[in-house]
Formats: sequence, structure tokens, C-alpha cells
Amino acid sequence: MPIDPSYFRDIIMDNYSYPHNKELTEDESYRSRHMASDSCIDDITVQAKFKDGKVEDIRFDGKACTISTASTSILSELLRGKTIEEAQNIIDNYNHMIHGEPFDEDVLEEAVVFEGVAKQPNRIGCATIGWRAVQEMIDDEEAGK
Amino acid sequence: MNIRENIETIRQDFPILEREMSGHPVDYLDSCATTLKPHAVIDEVVRYYTYLGSNAHRGDYEMSAQVDYAFEGARKTMMEFIHASRKEEIVFTSGTTEGLNMVALMAIDQLLEKGDAIMTAETEHASSILPWQYYGCKKGIATCYMHLTDEGRITLDNFKKSLDENPNTKVVMVAQVSNVLGYQVPVEEMGAICKERGILFVVDGAQAVAHTPVDVQKMNCDFYCFSGHKMCGPTGIGVLYGRFELLDKLTPVYFGGESNARYYKDCDTLILRRTPLKYESGTQPIEAALGMAAAARYLKKIGLENIHEYELFLKRHFLERAEKELKDKVKLYNATSESGIITFNVYDNGQLIFPQDMASFLSSKGIAVRSGQHCAKLMGDIIDAPGTVRASLYLYNSLEDVDRLVDALKEATVEKCLDIFF
Repeated sequence: MPIDPSYFRDIIMDNYSYPHNKELTEDESYRSRHMASDSCIDDITVQAKFKDGKVEDIRFDGKACTISTASTSILSELLRGKTIEEAQNIIDNYNHMIHGEPFDEDVLEEAVVFEGVAKQPNRIGCATIGWRAVQEMIDDEEAGK
Repeated sequence: MNIRENIETIRQDFPILEREMSGHPVDYLDSCATTLKPHAVIDEVVRYYTYLGSNAHRGDYEMSAQVDYAFEGARKTMMEFIHASRKEEIVFTSGTTEGLNMVALMAIDQLLEKGDAIMTAETEHASSILPWQYYGCKKGIATCYMHLTDEGRITLDNFKKSLDENPNTKVVMVAQVSNVLGYQVPVEEMGAICKERGILFVVDGAQAVAHTPVDVQKMNCDFYCFSGHKMCGPTGIGVLYGRFELLDKLTPVYFGGESNARYYKDCDTLILRRTPLKYESGTQPIEAALGMAAAARYLKKIGLENIHEYELFLKRHFLERAEKELKDKVKLYNATSESGIITFNVYDNGQLIFPQDMASFLSSKGIAVRSGQHCAKLMGDIIDAPGTVRASLYLYNSLEDVDRLVDALKEATVEKCLDIFF
């Protein structure tokens, strides 16, 4: 079904203006990643809580552009409650989509709104900053660090 | 040359202006990041590759002698360009960053003692702060920051006050023109004060040399660094100017071929070549040095005063239109700075359009600007914004280029910034 681009744009606008889970916690059972070294300007911290092989919660905060903020907001909702294996599959498919490669849109749900980022390669960093933070925290969790 | 009357001819000197970006004729407003190159420079680089060809200072054949002549000629051109007193004061580097790092390393290692201090400003580029901070910290040498006005400007009164408050200051490091806001720093007066107090005066000329006449002797600086690519020359080349006595006294940071005259197996046997060759170990980017000299000749032909005057003319045009048409939409951070740099943020009904979103939107209209913190990350505290958009105007920009920017800013909304993704 072809989707009206303005619908996609509204989802991004919504997640930028009213982002989900945009508040950090002091809870020490969360892992945390400060993503400051990846670009000149986006500066966000992402936190994730894993329990019993599942992603229990994702939170974030910081100063970032529309694409960084909205993509991290959508990510935080999408991965909540998923097993680490499912979360990894979603992240992999998201990365395929952002790089213009074939992907499974069913697992990405709302995150498909970022498909167009593949056309703007200099913004790929924005669309993946939060996702890379979660990937690093999953890697640490898996490695038992 | 009157640039206003000859703008079409000047634009024809820059072949890249014929290209398109995002389906529009390119409107290049990012000359602070790097400038476009005229035919004169491109041709000179090609002449090296298609005719001169050999290394410099190495061969005993005719081609090699021709390269030596051209290379040393380039040094002389650069000497004249910044009014150094002799050509031995010109050291070729890879650019401003390398030059400033070399100066910091040599000064900290050979001229400064524990307890001394280095004074710079929060508005400075990272290259003017980080080498001093990193190597200074290792030796117990603090980096301190001078007082600025509320708009981030360096003034003589504040400078003197800062020196009085930090009597251990042995080095002052500033840019002649700030790369974020474009303020002209009173370098001549500051240089005189430093000379009087026996303070080493180091100037970053990256954003100055292509925009205003530079006279290193008048500004009493000990070191002055700049890049070729920001003055219509090639990338990978720059100049470290040093007062001859200092250059001659100091030991270089790098060693290797061509910079040494003799050496034996034991310590302290190295005999370096004469200044400035002792600073140029290894093969230099010869074509880039020749290209930079061609750029210097090109700019001199147009006239640095004329370039400066033309940049201000373009900026005034922007400011006049902005005042009438962008009043509640655009926040300008440097309306009063005397350069072609326009630093701003755009608002959509009171909501900040994040600088990067703005830059992508402008790109979709064929307009190239820079967004971010412009390598001056201590600056955010002064202007109270997560970043800015910077449009930098230069001699090849037309009034139409400025008009396209204003028209695009008028139209910008957060939603339109997202349209580029669909």
C-alpha cells in the first residue's frame, strides 16, 4: 500500500515535538551511552535496561536535530519488551533500510518513516545515533560486561 | 579591481560554479570551510604534473632545477603576500592546524617553563586551544581564557585586564578573524602589548589572509599560520610564518630527509639544514605550494582591500533584507562583525529549527552552508545555542546568491526541512 509522505512526515514531527521516553533516570540498573563523539553537534545520552534477556526500557535525552530525536524516540518505543534477539533483528533491518538495502518492513513498524534518509547520506549519522548507542549496549550485555 | 562591476568575469574564473547541487546552480556560501579554486590555481597545479614533475632540492638535472626555482619562488610570493621581512621566515606546512601544533609543541618544549601560562579565548578554533591545552597540561602550563564582550568580541581593554590578572602569561594565541563570528581582532595593538611584555604572540590567520591585507611585521607577531585552501589555493598546504630569530633558534618537531645536513651514530651529532629547510622534512606537496602561490597572485591582482569591501557589501545586502523580511524568523549572532561571515539560527513560530535540519533544507535549494559548532566548542556557552548556521560570503558570490539565501530562509519551516526525506 503506497503511503502518503505527509503521514510519514507527521509521525517524525510528532516524535520530534513530543518525543517519547526523553528523560534520563538515575537508576543504576540501566546501561548508559553518551553519544557525543560521533558528530559535531548532536549530543545525546541513551539508557537501556535489560532484564531476563529482554529490553525492559529505553530512555534518552540531549540536544539533537529532528531526525536524531525522532528516530531515537521511535526506537525507544519499538524495542521495549522485545527479546534481545528480536531487538537485534529490528536494528539490523533498520540499518539495511537506512543504507538503501533490502529490509523487512513488518518488523520496523513506525520506524519505516526514515526510509528516505537513504537519499540524504550526510544525515545517516543522525538517523542512527540512538540506534548505535543501543547496539553498543546490547553488545556489552551479551558479552556480560 | 572593482568586484561589483566585474563579478561575472570573476565568476567565470571559477569553473566549479558551473555545476549544480540538488538540481540548482550551486550557491556556495561555505568559503570559511574552504574556498573554490580559480583556473589560475588549477592550471598551476596541472603545470607541475604535466611539465615540471620532479622533486625539489634533490636532483642535478634541468627539470629539477626548474622545480627548485618554482618552489623557492612560491616561498617568495608567500613572503610578499603577508609582508614577512625575508623568505626564510616562510615554512611550508600542511595547513594552519599543523603550523599551530608545531608552534605549540616547540614553544612548550623549548621556550616555556612549568608555571607559565598560555592565554587564548573561548571563541577560538580547536586548533588554537587543544595543542596548548594537551601539551601544556603535561608540563604544568595552564591555558587561560581572556575576557570577552557579551557578543564574544576581543577588546584591548579586556585583553590588558586579562593579562594583568594572569601575570604568568608567556604566550598569547588568537585568530586574527574569528571563524564563527568573523570579528576582526585588534592584532596590531595586541602584538605591541605582547612585545612590550615579552610575551610570545601567535596568530591564526586562517580566516584572515584571503579577506584582508595581512602584514605580519605591523602586527608584531612571532608566529602566523594559515592554509592555502582557504585562500583559493589547494588543500594540504599552508604556511607557518615565524620571526627569523625564533625559527633559527628552535629545533623542529619532525626530522627526516632533506631537513638534515649531516648526522652520525651518536647523540647530538645531527646538523640541521639552514632555516627554513630544517622544518621541511620529506617531500613537500610541491604542486600545492605552487598552487598556493598562484592563488596569492590571483588575490593580489583583485586586491585584498577590494575583496574585504565586497564581502561587506554582500553582507550589508543580506542585513538590509533580513531587517525587513526576516525579523522574527532569524536570530543573527554577528550583525556587527566586519566580514563576510553571517552566523544565525532560524525559527519557525518561535521553535528553533535545528541548524543541521536548516543546512539540509538549504542544500535541497542548491545552497551550501555549514551547520554545527564550527570547531569552536567552547563557543556554545557564549551564544547560548546548540549550534548555528554559518553562511560565509566571498569574492565569487553574487547578490543573487545572497537573495537566494534570504528567499530560502523566508520559506523555511520545520516541516519543510523534513520534506527532503520524502
